[in-house]
Amino acid sequence: MVGASASTAVQVERCRTGIEGLDNILDGGIPRGNTVLISGSCGTGKTTLSLEFLVRGAQARERGLFLSVTEASHKIQQNLATFDFFDKRIVDDGTLTFIDVPVLYEKLGLSKQEMTTEDIDLFVGAVAKLASELKVQRLVMDSITSVCYRIRHEEEIRDLILKLGKSLSDIACTTILVSEIGPQENRYSLYGVEEAIADGVILLGNVQRRGDLLRTLKIIKMRGTTHSRAQYVLDLTPLGILLAPYLKGGRGWEAT
Amino acid sequence: MANLSPGEIAERLRALSEGSGVAMKLGGADYAGNYLQFLAAVLRDFALEAQAFTIYVSVTNPCVLVNSLLSSLEIPSDRVFFVDVISQTMMSTLSKLPNASYVESPTMLENVMLRVEYFLRKSSAPRRIVVLDSVNSLAIHNDPAILSEFFHIMVNNLKSRGITTIILAVAEETNPELESLLSLVCDDTIQIGVPPSPEAKSP
Repeated sequence: MVGASASTAVQVERCRTGIEGLDNILDGGIPRGNTVLISGSCGTGKTTLSLEFLVRGAQARERGLFLSVTEASHKIQQNLATFDFFDKRIVDDGTLTFIDVPVLYEKLGLSKQEMTTEDIDLFVGAVAKLASELKVQRLVMDSITSVCYRIRHEEEIRDLILKLGKSLSDIACTTILVSEIGPQENRYSLYGVEEAIADGVILLGNVQRRGDLLRTLKIIKMRGTTHSRAQYVLDLTPLGILLAPYLKGGRGWEAT
Repeated sequence: MANLSPGEIAERLRALSEGSGVAMKLGGADYAGNYLQFLAAVLRDFALEAQAFTIYVSVTNPCVLVNSLLSSLEIPSDRVFFVDVISQTMMSTLSKLPNASYVESPTMLENVMLRVEYFLRKSSAPRRIVVLDSVNSLAIHNDPAILSEFFHIMVNNLKSRGITTIILAVAEETNPELESLLSLVCDDTIQIGVPPSPEAKSP
């Protein structure tokens, strides 16, 4: 019976990103507890999107944690202050926490350039403990690529993402892992394994059309929800990220 | 067709339901005069009276010029925001207006939509108007297919949110392709200084 099957359909709880255009194309937001890879080359808006996800969450009283691997978190906060949507009080009152991963490495005694399986377990355990203690519902790691630089084998990278995703999903924490790729790479992560394990992949890029460089966004996959597969043009404004449909004009364009 | 005064044009606009798309065709013979008539009608007699927030997309002229024309007509520009689509292409953005956002090129139509959206979000005014100046200037830089796609998405999006869109066109420069585009997205056409066509004169 169609009616019965429709009425028993499981409603997936959503974690609204707070970025209106993105929530629209995700049919309401990221399924709560998902681990999502945000991939793109430099300057495509990965960090801004991730930060807005945390700030909008904090405004909705969802605690967030930003784990900064490559850039000092005080610099990230300085940049964040230029956005109208950011209010420093969410940091002061602990709704949004910034942690520098190199400091965490040091505390855990992970000073070697290469991480062993035990080191990975230690690192994942520490992140999960932090997330649990801080009661965060949203977590961003910027970038997972930089963490993976210290891991030699693909299976260990797979292990890291699986364990990280599971431990955070168990506490209903929605996670964004930032993935850095080159400008012309035909994949979503440096090692090619991250996208297979993540629940979702959002690809940010630059598309060249008649000499104009447009910032674009596309949802490649998102488990637990229907989503648009169209391409969108993205603008980083003081009010946050805005999206508009990419105009095709009846022809194909060269991607860069 | 009799030439309408700015007050009469504003009256026509007031009679339209919110969210209408309006093609405003200006006669090319005295374009400058007709353009001033248009500014007085739309930005003074209509928008100002309705306390509407206007987003002016300037493609034909840099926004600095439009802004100075508003000053000369004593139209306050504190409720006018510009999306300037031509100044950067002309490499003349040294003097930027604080109430303007600059799009790099008239071919970046998505960015025009995004900057309009940006100003719409900044405004809390209940009545909002978007003016596109003009379809002919956009047609110089864009293929008809992408231009149609742009107008179709943009005007329908604004319509669905109850925002009036006014699209400027130079009557004599509007080819059948642009005519059909305007008739697709516009609910009404207002002419300013357009001479009556010979067919209209004949009995």
